[in-house]
Amino acid sequence: MDSHTIEFEINGKRASLEVVSHRTLLQVLREDLHLSGTKEGCGEGECGACTVLVDGRSVTACLTLAVEVDGCSVRTIEGESEGPDLSPLQEAFVKNHALQCGFCTPGMIMSARALLERNPSPTEDQIKEAIAGNLCRCTGYRPIIQAIREAAARRKDQSAKG
Amino acid sequence: MSEGLIGKGVPRIESFEKVTGTARFVGDMDLPGMLHGRMLLSPHAHARIVRIDTSKAESLDGVAAVLVGEELPYRLGLYMVDKPVLASGKVRHHGEVVAAVAAVSEEIAARAADLIEVTYEPLAAVFDPVEAVKPDAPLVHEDLHTYHTIKGVFFPRPHTNIANHARLRKGDVEEGFAAADAIVENEFSLPQVAHVPLETHRTVAHWKRNGAIEIWSSAQSPFAVRNLLSVALGMSHSRIRVVVPHVGGAFGGKAGIHLEPLVSLLSRKAGHRPVKLAATREEEFSTLPCRQGLVARIKTGVTKEGKITAQKIEYLWDAGAYADYGVNIGRAAGYSGAGPYDIDNVWIDSLTIYTNRPFGTAYRGFGHVEFFWAIERQMDMVAREIGMDSCDFRMRNLLRPGSVTITGEEITENTGSVEKCLEAVAAEVGWKERSSLGSGGNGKVRARGIAVLHKAPAMPSNTAISAILKFNEDATVDLMISGVDYGQGTATAFCQMTAEHLRIPMENVHFIWNKDTDRMPYDWQTVASRLTFMGGNAVIRAAEDCVSQLKDMASRALDVPVGDLEIQDGKVFVAREPARSIDYRALVMGYMFPSGNSIGGPVIGRGTCIAEGLTVLDPETGQGLPAANWTFGAHGVEIEIDTATGEIQVLKLASAFDVGRVINEALCRGQVVGGCLQGLGTALLETFIYNDEGCLINNSFTDYKIPTARDIPIETKEIFIETPQLNGPHGARGVAEHPMISIPSAVGNAIADALGVEIMELPLSPERVYLALKRKGNRD
Ligand code: FES
Ligand code: FES
Repeated sequence: MDSHTIEFEINGKRASLEVVSHRTLLQVLREDLHLSGTKEGCGEGECGACTVLVDGRSVTACLTLAVEVDGCSVRTIEGESEGPDLSPLQEAFVKNHALQCGFCTPGMIMSARALLERNPSPTEDQIKEAIAGNLCRCTGYRPIIQAIREAAARRKDQSAKG
Repeated sequence: MSEGLIGKGVPRIESFEKVTGTARFVGDMDLPGMLHGRMLLSPHAHARIVRIDTSKAESLDGVAAVLVGEELPYRLGLYMVDKPVLASGKVRHHGEVVAAVAAVSEEIAARAADLIEVTYEPLAAVFDPVEAVKPDAPLVHEDLHTYHTIKGVFFPRPHTNIANHARLRKGDVEEGFAAADAIVENEFSLPQVAHVPLETHRTVAHWKRNGAIEIWSSAQSPFAVRNLLSVALGMSHSRIRVVVPHVGGAFGGKAGIHLEPLVSLLSRKAGHRPVKLAATREEEFSTLPCRQGLVARIKTGVTKEGKITAQKIEYLWDAGAYADYGVNIGRAAGYSGAGPYDIDNVWIDSLTIYTNRPFGTAYRGFGHVEFFWAIERQMDMVAREIGMDSCDFRMRNLLRPGSVTITGEEITENTGSVEKCLEAVAAEVGWKERSSLGSGGNGKVRARGIAVLHKAPAMPSNTAISAILKFNEDATVDLMISGVDYGQGTATAFCQMTAEHLRIPMENVHFIWNKDTDRMPYDWQTVASRLTFMGGNAVIRAAEDCVSQLKDMASRALDVPVGDLEIQDGKVFVAREPARSIDYRALVMGYMFPSGNSIGGPVIGRGTCIAEGLTVLDPETGQGLPAANWTFGAHGVEIEIDTATGEIQVLKLASAFDVGRVINEALCRGQVVGGCLQGLGTALLETFIYNDEGCLINNSFTDYKIPTARDIPIETKEIFIETPQLNGPHGARGVAEHPMISIPSAVGNAIADALGVEIMELPLSPERVYLALKRKGNRD
C-alpha cells in the first residue's frame, strides 16, 4: 500500500506521520494520535460528529483524507482549552445545558468555533445554518443555539472593553 | 425542611468531560491485543440459508475467527426468548446478521466478511401486520410454541405470527354503543422509524481463558445484559462483568441486550483475545432494532352531549422479525391504550405481530407515541362529528379524581392532573381564539391543534433498584447506583438529592460513572422514565441510612438522645444547643473519644426501592394495577401550512406536564425541548422505506433525515404542573419519554382543523399533505 509522510500542525504542535493514502483524517486523529475527542457518528459526512478545523475552516474528518492536511493546521476539541480551564464557548455550552449525551458536543463546538472565527456576531439564522450539518438527537438544538449566541456576545463585550 | 438544592437548574455534573472531549465512550477504548469485529448481513427479508462457506475468509491473513449461526445454540430475549445470536437455518429480515468475523484490523475484518459466501433460497415473506395475521400468511417463527416467555403475562399464539395477544375488557362495549348517539370508526397507521442515537451500538468483549467474560458496552442496562447473557449461556452471573461508560444517546434502543453475546462469542473463538465491534450507521438502521409500526382501528360511541359511552380498539403492532421486547409494548398498549379518559366501556385487543422486517424495540414513549397518534386524532374526529369544540369535548371526558382507569385503578387528588395540562396549553396557544388566525398569504395557512397524553413506567411488578453511599475520609461521599445516565441528567438529580439529604454541598458528592456489575449495586434497567422516581427513592433512603449511622455515633459521642440531634452543613448538632456539634469528618470512619476508645465504623448507606403494589393483570380482562405512577401531559401547536408545497413550519409549541415536582428545572426543560423535537421528527419527517423485496432502502443519513437546527419550532413554551406524587422522591414523577408523545397528533389535528383534511398516516411529510389537499380539492 502506498504511504506518504505528512507534516502538519495539530492543536498548535507540529506532527510528522507516515500514513497510508486511503486513511481518513478521522482514523489518523483517533487511532494514530489518540485524540479520541473527535467522534464518529456515521463515517459518511452526514452527521457532523467528526467536525474539526483545517486552517480555520470546519470539515468532516471522516470524509477528509489524512494526506489532504499535509502542510495544514488542524484543530480538534482537544485544542479548544487547556488544563482545568474551559474556553468561553465551552463555558457557554455548560451554562446553557447545551449537551445531554455529549456525543455530538465536540463536533458541535468545532462548528461553532469556525462560525465565530469568520463571523463574530452571527444572527440566529446564521447560527442555525452553521450547525445544520451537526446532528443532535438529544437537546432539540435550542440550548446549543443559545450557548453560541452567548459566547458571541461575550466575545464582543470583551473586544469592546479591550 | 429546607430544600435548597431541589428544583435548582444546576449544570449537569459531567459537563466538563463532555465539552472537552474527554468523556470516554466504548468506541474510545483500546485493549492490548484487541481485535476488530465485523458482521455480514442478510440481503434477503426471508430466506433459507442453504450453505455458508467461510473458507476464504478464514484463510485471509489477520483473521482470528469466523462465526456462523450453526455453532451457536443460544437464544436471547428479554420477555420473549426468540432471538438467535446469528441467524441459523433461515434469515427473517433484511439486515439480519448471518456471520461475523474478528480480525486484527477493521479493514481486514471487513474484507473477510465480504469473502464469506452464503447461498440463500428465498422464502415467501410477509411485510404487513394486517397480512401477517391471516391464516395462510407465511410464518416468521415456526417454533413459536417452543419459545420461553413469562407465563400468565404474555400470550403467544402458536403456529401463527402472533407473538402476544393482550386483552383489556372494562364494562360492556356493546351496551355502550347502544347508548350512543353517534359512532365514529377510523383506522390510523404509522411506519417503523429509527431511534438514531448519535453513537451507534458498540461493544468490547473479552472472554478470558479462565472462562470469565468482561464486557464494555454502550448499553442502557448493565444488569439486564449480564442476566440475559447468563441465562442464554448457562453461566453464573458472577462470571460475567458488564461495564457501561458514557453512552452517546439510547432512547430505548440500547435497553435489553444487543451486540454483547456476539462479541463475547467472537472473543472466545478468537483465542480469548478482546474484540471490539462498532455498528456502522447502516447497521444501526437495518440490523439493530427500530420502533415498531402500528395499525390502529378505533370505534367510539358518544352521546350528543359529548360523553364517550364506549371505545373498542384493535392495535396491530408490526413487531418485525423478533419481538423479544416488543411483546411488552403491545402489553402496555393493552392497559394504557384508551388514553387519559374516563370511559365506562372499553375493549382493547393489542396484538404483537411478527413480520419479515427489521425488528422493533422500546423507543422513548414505549408504544404511546404510536397509539396516541390514533387516540388523539380520533378524539378530534369524534368531536367534529358531534359539532363540539375538541378541547371542551376532551375536558368532558378526561380522567379526574374519582375516575377509574381502564384497568380499575382509582384516580386521586395526588395522581396528577391532565385537565390542568390541557388548560395550560390551550391558553398558551390561544386555542379558543383560533378563528381570528390570519392567513400567512401566498397560499400559507395558519392552524392550531391540541392533544393530551399519559404514560406510566412499563415494568415488571418486581422491578427493583439499589443505591450505596460510601463516605471517604474527608467526608465527601461516593454515590453508587447502576442506572445509566445517557444524557437524561439523572446523575445530576441524584447528586442534588444526596447533597440535600446529607446536608452537604453538592461538590462533596462524587458520582461514580462507570456502571460496573462487579462493583455496583443492582438495578433492573434504565428504561421507562423510572430512574428519577425509583432511583431517587433509593438514593434518599441510602442518605437517610447514612444520617442515622452518623447520628447514632454522635449521640454516643455527645451523650444526648438521637432524637435531640439535627444535621446541617456537614455537622451533627444538638438541636437546642447548636454549638455542641461534631463535624462529619470526625464520624465517617468511626468516632474516636479523646481517650482513644473508638465506636461505630466507616459509614456506608444503603437504599433500595421496589415497585410496590403492582400486580399481574388478569389474562382475560386486563384488570389489575400495572402503573407505579402516571405522568399526564398535553401539547398545543401553531403551524403554518404551505398549501402549494405541503410543507409545514412549526411556529409555536406549548407543552405541559404534571411532573409532580421539578428536581432540576434546566434538565427537566432539556428533556422536554429535546423530546418534543424528536416527536416532530416522527410527526413530519421520519419513516423507514422499503422496496418490494422488503429491503430497507433508506438506511443512511443521506436518505433518513432527522430534524436539524433548521427544523426547530420558532417558539416553544414548557409548562410544569406540580401535583406531588405521594410516593415519589420529593413528589417527583418521570418525564423523559412524555414530551415525544402526542406531538404528531397535535400537528395532524391542526391540519384537519384548518383545512378539513383528515390524514390518517404518518409522517405528515410535504408529499402526503400536498396529496391529501389535492384529493380534497378534487372532491370539493
Ligand atoms: S462521522 Fe463524519 S460526518 Fe458523521
Ligand atoms: S447531546 Fe446527544 S446527540 Fe447531541
